Amino acid sequence: MDTRAHSADQYLVRSEPYYEPVGDEVRLFEAAHASRVPVLLKGPTGCGKTRFMEFMAWRLGRPLVTVSCHDDLTASDLVGRYLIIGAETVWVDGPLAAAVRLGAICYLDEIVEARKDTTVVIHPLADDRRILPVEKTGEVLRAPPEFLLALSYNPGYQSVLKELKQSTRQRFVAIEFGHPEPALERRIVAHETGVDEGTAERLVRLAGMTRNLKGNGLDEGASTRLLVHAGKLVMLGVAPRTACLAAIAEPLTDEPETLAALNELVASVF
Amino acid sequence: MNARLSASELEERLEDLLEACLSSRRTAAALVPGLAALERGQQDFVLHWAGVVARSSAELAYQFAAAAPRALAVLGERGAEAWLVQAMDVYDHGSMYAASAALKDLTGFVRSWDAQADAVRFEDAGRVLELFLWGLSGRRLRVAAADEPWTDTETVYLPHEVTLYAARNRNFLVYKAMAALAWAQCRFETFAPALGAAVEASAHPARVRRWLAFLEAVRLGAKLERALPGLARDMRVLQQPAPDARVAAAAAPLADPDAPLEATLAALGAVDLARAPPAWPYVVRLHPERAQEVREARIGRERETFRALLGGLRDAEREEGGAPGAGPGRFEARVSESAATGERTVELFLDGAAVSPPADAASLMQSILQDLGTLPPEYLEPAGAGAYAPSTPAGAAGDDGAAEAEAGAAVYDEWDYARRHYRRGWCVLRSRDVHPGDPAFVWRTLERYRPQIASLKRTFEALRGEDRLHRREPYGDGIDLDAAVAGLADAAAGRELPERLFVRRHRTERSIAVMFLVDMSGSTKGWINDAEREALVLLCEALEVLGDRYAIYGFSGMTRKRCELYRVKRFDEPYGAEVKARIAGIMPQDYTRMGVAIRHITRMLAAEDARTRLLVTLSDGKPDDFGDGYRGEYGIEDTRQALVEARRAGVHPFCITIDEQARAYLPHMYGAANFVLVDDVRRLPLQVAGVYRRLTA
Repeated sequence: MDTRAHSADQYLVRSEPYYEPVGDEVRLFEAAHASRVPVLLKGPTGCGKTRFMEFMAWRLGRPLVTVSCHDDLTASDLVGRYLIIGAETVWVDGPLAAAVRLGAICYLDEIVEARKDTTVVIHPLADDRRILPVEKTGEVLRAPPEFLLALSYNPGYQSVLKELKQSTRQRFVAIEFGHPEPALERRIVAHETGVDEGTAERLVRLAGMTRNLKGNGLDEGASTRLLVHAGKLVMLGVAPRTACLAAIAEPLTDEPETLAALNELVASVF
Repeated sequence: MNARLSASELEERLEDLLEACLSSRRTAAALVPGLAALERGQQDFVLHWAGVVARSSAELAYQFAAAAPRALAVLGERGAEAWLVQAMDVYDHGSMYAASAALKDLTGFVRSWDAQADAVRFEDAGRVLELFLWGLSGRRLRVAAADEPWTDTETVYLPHEVTLYAARNRNFLVYKAMAALAWAQCRFETFAPALGAAVEASAHPARVRRWLAFLEAVRLGAKLERALPGLARDMRVLQQPAPDARVAAAAAPLADPDAPLEATLAALGAVDLARAPPAWPYVVRLHPERAQEVREARIGRERETFRALLGGLRDAEREEGGAPGAGPGRFEARVSESAATGERTVELFLDGAAVSPPADAASLMQSILQDLGTLPPEYLEPAGAGAYAPSTPAGAAGDDGAAEAEAGAAVYDEWDYARRHYRRGWCVLRSRDVHPGDPAFVWRTLERYRPQIASLKRTFEALRGEDRLHRREPYGDGIDLDAAVAGLADAAAGRELPERLFVRRHRTERSIAVMFLVDMSGSTKGWINDAEREALVLLCEALEVLGDRYAIYGFSGMTRKRCELYRVKRFDEPYGAEVKARIAGIMPQDYTRMGVAIRHITRMLAAEDARTRLLVTLSDGKPDDFGDGYRGEYGIEDTRQALVEARRAGVHPFCITIDEQARAYLPHMYGAANFVLVDDVRRLPLQVAGVYRRLTA
């Protein structure tokens, strides 16, 4: 039996990612890492959770293994499986097992999307046992002190199917991410895209307006990510109204009346 | 092209259509000369529509046929159709007399029709403008139509239509500018007490009102320039005619974006009240006394709501902190204003620590800030929970709009296939409970079908979402040993190793919400009703095994004003004694006006969170209603339209029927694959559960 090894190198974050702290999250995360408590990032999509993870991995100098969860993701997708190569069976670590072996930070993005059986492998890793039983090989991986498990989760979904169970939630230190304050968000947009301050200010104002529509026509207001997209289009010479429609209004909804209203908001701001 | 109809042919056809209103003084022959000269296509047009109108009123049809030649000449077919449909709407909602007047006023219609091509109507723009206003920060304003634009600080009233310009987008811009200006009036303290005082103190209140409205448009324009620069730029083209030198000088101080209401009142002294202010098309009228009333009522209400909200917040914080009564529970608020946009934000502190209020409190706080500019200390005294209902936004009181005929009734449009238009607000539907029946009916049914129920349960158990092992998969959780052995043998024999060597667990999760709509019309009396009720009992037994969410409603009614929906089981109601008694209590009632029931049910289903939404109708025949021509094609077409709407809303409709003639019309209504015909009533109970199993397997 042969084991395919992952190397830490490919998971290292080499240059400092741009990240603007919103509050105490950096200190909190470092403390959680030091005390080996897993972290739960809560917040709407596109508000910087993934960027924060990259930043923290860079800051702590640990490899970062990111898994985007989807509704077909099973426990063995995380832990690993046998493959048949030639006439041999070969064990291949899944991302979670790899992260445990490497003492990396393992970030499971949008954990509620994954199948319920994934909790089985997460739970023993997320309490003080810090072990990952690999059922198929009979191994029990013990997480080194540097290892950290982090999940992200968007509480904004109203679906009952997408709620995180208490038994899972209560193993984590939770850090809440919201939309950044306007001044901060302006700085982020300006930095990420290079647009002038006036444009950044208007983009942020527009985002605020879409957030006012949350629950009335929109499921979710525009995220900082969408603003960055719009800003990038503007920088490439797209007219601001067109850029906002393409990068902000259209991605948010297909509903004609809401779209028309967003359209009018865009035309009012730009 | 077909030849024109001759005079005698025309006369014959008209006599057929208009028979009901003809007499010796009023003959079909009198209509013929006008129609005989028309092209064949136009003749067909008139005859078709005369037939459609005659179904509602032969008298109106006669008047239409008489006036049609001239209408066609000046309006063309499209215009003439609009002219007629408009008159029929008047007939639907008013009287014969009013409808006939609407038909006769052809000149008036022509004038508005010319403008109409570019007109923007409130019904088209209202919803978008409301969402637009919600996007702007501050109090949640509602939008309603009225004769002139004004606001009472909670509702923005906008005109029924805007026809000022020859371009649609320009007319829409007028609407949008009005809405934004009304928003700015609420947002930038137009309705401070000083405004009302200025009007009252004047000898010419009407003139003062007009001038104040104009000057406020100037002052708030400067604020819009800052808050909504794009809109302000677009609005400039609307600022015609330009003010003369004297007015411009008086209004000059208002160009400062920080100008308060006092600046407007000061400018009022510098204008000539005897002259009319420049007639900018988007100026929003002022009714300070009505705004004042609404404002006062709101201030009291919001104070209580806010205090209750703080009470809830304090309790929640204490619970979370784990130490009840830890601090004195004192709230503080810090209001800060952004220099760039004038946007105000509030931070709340409880015993010195920042707390974040619930999301829906944000607009409440903004509303209070708009009225008072700050959060006064008495607002920060938390009260016991009570007045605060998180789901009702502030100012939701008085929500009973004019459209709602009466409490508890819902109003729906109905599709008129002949007009190819909806009849607006045509049906009134009320929901009620089925009167509980004899529970013994359910026991008897369970007893009678005991063996069948047992086997139904077994088949349904097999449907439950369970893990299934998929073999020979390209990837998976484990190795498919059979496949691997065979594959390795292949490989040893020199053939290629196959790729599909794994087993994968596949979990099928059922996420289904299903609604059963039961025909409770009079024609189901007897066997059919028994069979329907038995079918429901069996179905419930089976569905309880399956765990799908389901609801059961019955429908009936008589005439469009008395459509009724009977609740047997809600989605969130357990299948218990009450539901059983209600199933037993399903009794034949009146008629089957199906479209409105489907529209209502669709709305309920669309609100359910499920991957699949099913609407299963149990019926014994065609849609039918008493009187107004619902029977036949009209009813079929309306039902079909309602089903199309349902599909658009993500609902899968399906029909189970025992009408032997159903093959003639059901494919048209439901689509060929979406119905099943049960030819023997006695087999209905077992069939329904079987159909459901096939539908969702």
